[in-house]
Amino acid sequence: MSAALEIAGLRKSFGRTLVLKDIDLIVGEHEVVCLIGASGSGKSTLLRCLNLLEPIDAGRIVVAGEEITRRGVDANKVRRRIGIVFQSFNLFPHMSVLANVTLAPRLALGRGKREAESQARELLGRFGLSDKIEAYPDHLSGGQQQRVAIVRALAMQPQLMLLDEVTSALDPELVAEVLEVIGELAAGGMTMVIATHEMGFARDIATRVCFLDDGVILEEGPPERIFTTPHEERTRQFLERIVNAHRL
Amino acid sequence: MASEGDRRAGLEVEPRRSRVIAALNPGGGSRGVAIALVSTAVFLLAVVFAITHAPGWHEVKRTFFDWAYFKASLPEISRAFLLNVKIFSIAECFILAFALFLAVLRSLPGPVFFPLRALAIVYADFFRGVPTILVIAILGFGAPGLQMSGVPTSTTFWGIVALVLVYSAYVSEVYRAGIESVHPSQEAAARSLGLTRGQTLRKVILPQAVRRVIPPLLNDFIGLQKDTALVGTLGAVEAFQQSSIDTNATFNYTAYLAAALLFVAITIPLARFTDWLIARDRRRRQAAGVAG
Repeated sequence: MSAALEIAGLRKSFGRTLVLKDIDLIVGEHEVVCLIGASGSGKSTLLRCLNLLEPIDAGRIVVAGEEITRRGVDANKVRRRIGIVFQSFNLFPHMSVLANVTLAPRLALGRGKREAESQARELLGRFGLSDKIEAYPDHLSGGQQQRVAIVRALAMQPQLMLLDEVTSALDPELVAEVLEVIGELAAGGMTMVIATHEMGFARDIATRVCFLDDGVILEEGPPERIFTTPHEERTRQFLERIVNAHRL
Repeated sequence: MASEGDRRAGLEVEPRRSRVIAALNPGGGSRGVAIALVSTAVFLLAVVFAITHAPGWHEVKRTFFDWAYFKASLPEISRAFLLNVKIFSIAECFILAFALFLAVLRSLPGPVFFPLRALAIVYADFFRGVPTILVIAILGFGAPGLQMSGVPTSTTFWGIVALVLVYSAYVSEVYRAGIESVHPSQEAAARSLGLTRGQTLRKVILPQAVRRVIPPLLNDFIGLQKDTALVGTLGAVEAFQQSSIDTNATFNYTAYLAAALLFVAITIPLARFTDWLIARDRRRRQAAGVAG
């Protein structure tokens, strides 16, 4: 059986700045891989590359046995299989929660209105958003907005979910409700790649942790090991800073 | 949520009351209102006094403010004004569509679309640079002069075409500003869900962009309403042309005043409506900002 996601020799630069130098990563089915590392280490860029939102310079990305970086691939089809949730929610402000969630299933998957809406209601209900179905994003808290954004991505029934620092824009008291949702997804067997600054969360949820530093995966391993006995000096320094900032 | 509802209701009422007071009196307080009223009255009286005591006032009053001429000319000019209404109504529909097309052309990404982008830019530059009255004259006198079969010879038709060409250039810039004001993350979110570029534009970008530019669109619409008078230079008998005919026959200019009043009667309500929309939009954004 092929891995859910395979990245080989991925390289990406913006102008003359090389952001991702040489990324190799294999993510198995139902695995939850957390990407940690300082801001600017390339975590977000990596996730955006995986969803083909950024063109890559070299390397290949294979999702469930299909190379999505080959020439002539239909990027829209690829994106329908890979859900991504952003730090800043990016809900569509001119649409109700229900319309936000049903837009892509209806347009991209050609689902009927009734089918898309009943699926959306079910998903929103499962994540405690039943009473917000008709609300507009502006009238929701950040935590609610982010949960809607997760539901919006789930409504496409993706094989793989990418979460890009989904709690970084939230007030501290709203972080837990979003992490709880992600925990449920993991428990349900969703394959996920998660960029995060929440080290405690990463330790609890990850099957594997990758430490990104200066555009490469410097160290990877099970969370117990990475957080207790990191091999690399830079990983140790990074975690020390996190501990000193009371984030772990 | 209840407190949020209360606050929203408060925001609805508060500016409506305070806007009038603020206009009269940026300082605040009822004494301020009184001072504002008195100073406005004194100012108006002074202006009226200065004008009515000018050496040529009686001559001006006879030639511009003659009630009898006003009454006599108003029905004909009102009838002619219907042509202005027709011109701007038709023109506006085409402008809204054509300008949107231009704006979308200009927002196409990538090197492949460079020629189309360049075309849209040249178009906007050209038609914003040429005086409207020249475009009207060139098309209105030139196009029928071709005497091609199937080409309309109606001056009104070519006047409308000219207005559509010129105003689409302005309005496309308004649309473009709206499109560019939508944050790129919105496009990223839509594309990440598997929507095509066209679907993203139609369902995510344009609805937000158009909503934001409704006030400046209405502003251009006000300009268009006035500029319908330029079509009169082609000989179409609209309100301005009709009042010119009247003044030429009577050597009394009161007819111009009648035409001016008709224009003002429709542009001022639209201007107030535009301001109201802008204020409402601002209130909403502020309310949303507090909630977020």
